[in-house]
Amino acid sequence: MFYREAGDFKTSYTDDSQTFPIKFDRWRYYAVLAVAFGVIPFIIDDYWANAVLVPFLIYAIAAIGLNILTGYCGQVSLGTGGFMAVGAYACYKLMTGFPEISIVFHVIGAGFITAGVGALFGLPSLRIKGFYLAVATLAAQFFLVWLFNKVPWFYNNSASGQISAPERTVFGIAVTGPNTEAWAKYLICLCFVVVLAWVARNLTRGTIGRSWMAIRDMDIAAEIIGVNPLKAKLTAFAVSSFFIGVAGALFFSVYLGAVEVGEVFGIQKSFLILFMVIIGGLGSIFGSFAGAAFMVLMPVLLKNVLVGQLGWPTDLAAHLDFMIVGALIVIFLIAEPHGLAQLWRLAKEKLRLWPFPH
Amino acid sequence: MKDMSEGYTTADGRKIGGTMMEMKNITLRFGGVVAIKDISFDIREGEIRAIIGPNGAGKSSMLNVISGFYIPSEGEVWFHGSKRPQMKPYQVAQQGIARTFQNIALFKGMSTLDNMMTGRMTRMKSSMAQQAMWWGKAQKEESEHREAVEKIIDFLEIQAIRKTPVGRLPYGLQKRVELGRALAAEPKLLLLDEPMAGMNVEEKEDMSRFILDVNDEFGTTIALIEHDMGVVMDLSDRVVVMDYGKKIGDGTPDEVRNNQDVIDAYLGVSHD
Ligand SMILES: Nc1ncnc2c1ncn2[C@@H]1O[C@H](COP(=O)(O)OP(=O)(O)O)[C@@H](O)[C@H]1O
Ligand SMILES: [Mg+2]
Repeated sequence: MFYREAGDFKTSYTDDSQTFPIKFDRWRYYAVLAVAFGVIPFIIDDYWANAVLVPFLIYAIAAIGLNILTGYCGQVSLGTGGFMAVGAYACYKLMTGFPEISIVFHVIGAGFITAGVGALFGLPSLRIKGFYLAVATLAAQFFLVWLFNKVPWFYNNSASGQISAPERTVFGIAVTGPNTEAWAKYLICLCFVVVLAWVARNLTRGTIGRSWMAIRDMDIAAEIIGVNPLKAKLTAFAVSSFFIGVAGALFFSVYLGAVEVGEVFGIQKSFLILFMVIIGGLGSIFGSFAGAAFMVLMPVLLKNVLVGQLGWPTDLAAHLDFMIVGALIVIFLIAEPHGLAQLWRLAKEKLRLWPFPH
Repeated sequence: MKDMSEGYTTADGRKIGGTMMEMKNITLRFGGVVAIKDISFDIREGEIRAIIGPNGAGKSSMLNVISGFYIPSEGEVWFHGSKRPQMKPYQVAQQGIARTFQNIALFKGMSTLDNMMTGRMTRMKSSMAQQAMWWGKAQKEESEHREAVEKIIDFLEIQAIRKTPVGRLPYGLQKRVELGRALAAEPKLLLLDEPMAGMNVEEKEDMSRFILDVNDEFGTTIALIEHDMGVVMDLSDRVVVMDYGKKIGDGTPDEVRNNQDVIDAYLGVSHD
């Protein structure tokens, strides 16, 4: 009964195109933000930060990035892991090359560098689509991992071939390096997530987002009514890669602290992010969050319940995780390509009309 | 035929101006198939120009040449008095040419409103940075264009389906939204490829009224392909008749109706 549009009149077009047109949604959004900033930092511990919250936030950024490319612009990519690696290595080179500059700028800079690399690897999309484009991005994935393994300049000639993040601070508080507290890791990732989700929302509801969706839905008609396909596709690759690069930079510097590229940013990462986008919902920012939460929480939950409570062997629980995710991917692809986000939308639509279904 | 190079006045008193677009000796081949064979005709400012002919005559191909989607094998396209260089379709759109398609080509996953806003793509000027921040020009531009689109929504009487994803709309409404998307561009020249195909009588009447009103109220020049001879006779000022890629007639509806070649083509006289 509370969930209503009635009495919530729009008096301008700006009002009408806002992100949460229904008051109740707006309140819920503010409530989530209040808890995220005002409560969680005070109660978070290492386990929750490392097992759930920090990876969730970082994956959410990556999933939004891939969703922009695949969900909004319709271009398939299997290169997400490779682009995260670009972000991580760019961040590492910037951190070690310009230690006097704030880590925040290093992460953003890593995003821009990845955007450039992404646009470059997006060039084939001007000629090829679908399956062939997927194979081209797969090639990018393997090439990038190979490159970062092969060229010592990228890991500053370190003997292990790994990159590891030195300690960096924001307002005097360590956010990278071994002395970082759980709440600091969480909070810096949260800030990036909030700003970037807002940017993604702005881009997707405006001119450029419409040009992406037009290309996705019918590229020939899009071009004939005035969408420059070159610009639309390359900006989608660039913006998507920016998000993925930032995610890679945070994943390396804040979350893991040290990275071996093949292990962390391999093809599995590309698939993981793709699954988040499919399960969460193609073409939805909210879905990117839902998918990231699902893929992070599911193994944790299974482990706690099945292994911790019921005493199953660990590997059995892990297998079950694979099976559930696999089955869900198939179900969502066939039955509901808009994923959890659409289920959520349908539930809300029902609620809006309840208790009078007509 | 009387000389009309300085324009003319129609029977219902509308002033038709000088030449807007001129197709000169257009030939279009696909491998061995000759879809258009040495056709010339012009379209004048403010007129409703029909292209008619049996299936496979090359009418859609002609619109695709005008849109820049097909590049003619021979011949020239003149627009506003100068020869048009080879252009990409989106550049043609920027020159003020909009169109609809024979098989509806809407963006199915987007709402009516977003489809129509996309129609104004060529008028959007804000930078990506401004859009990312939803700030300054980006926000101002969005509400200005929304206002323009809302006028067209009112004009086409589709207020109720503003926010509906177009994939869910019935066929007749989709056709109307597609017209809306083209109108949203505020084109100088509007190309309509069989705007009434597959419609019932009532929908056809609505569509005819919209086409006449667009021409009358906005002064938009219209080139349309249509099968229904009755509709063509009612709507158009001048008609080009095509058959097997060739032009077999060109003139006012009355002239064309009494042209023996046209009668033969429409009565299905064998071509040997
Ligand atoms: N892209 C294409 N490739 C090959 N042949 C084409 C193509 N487009 C049109 N044609 C051919 O050109 C001829 C004219 O087609 P079209 O312009 O669609 O006719 P109409 O619109 O008058 O029915 C047909 O024989 C058709 O097969
Ligand atoms: Mg046709």
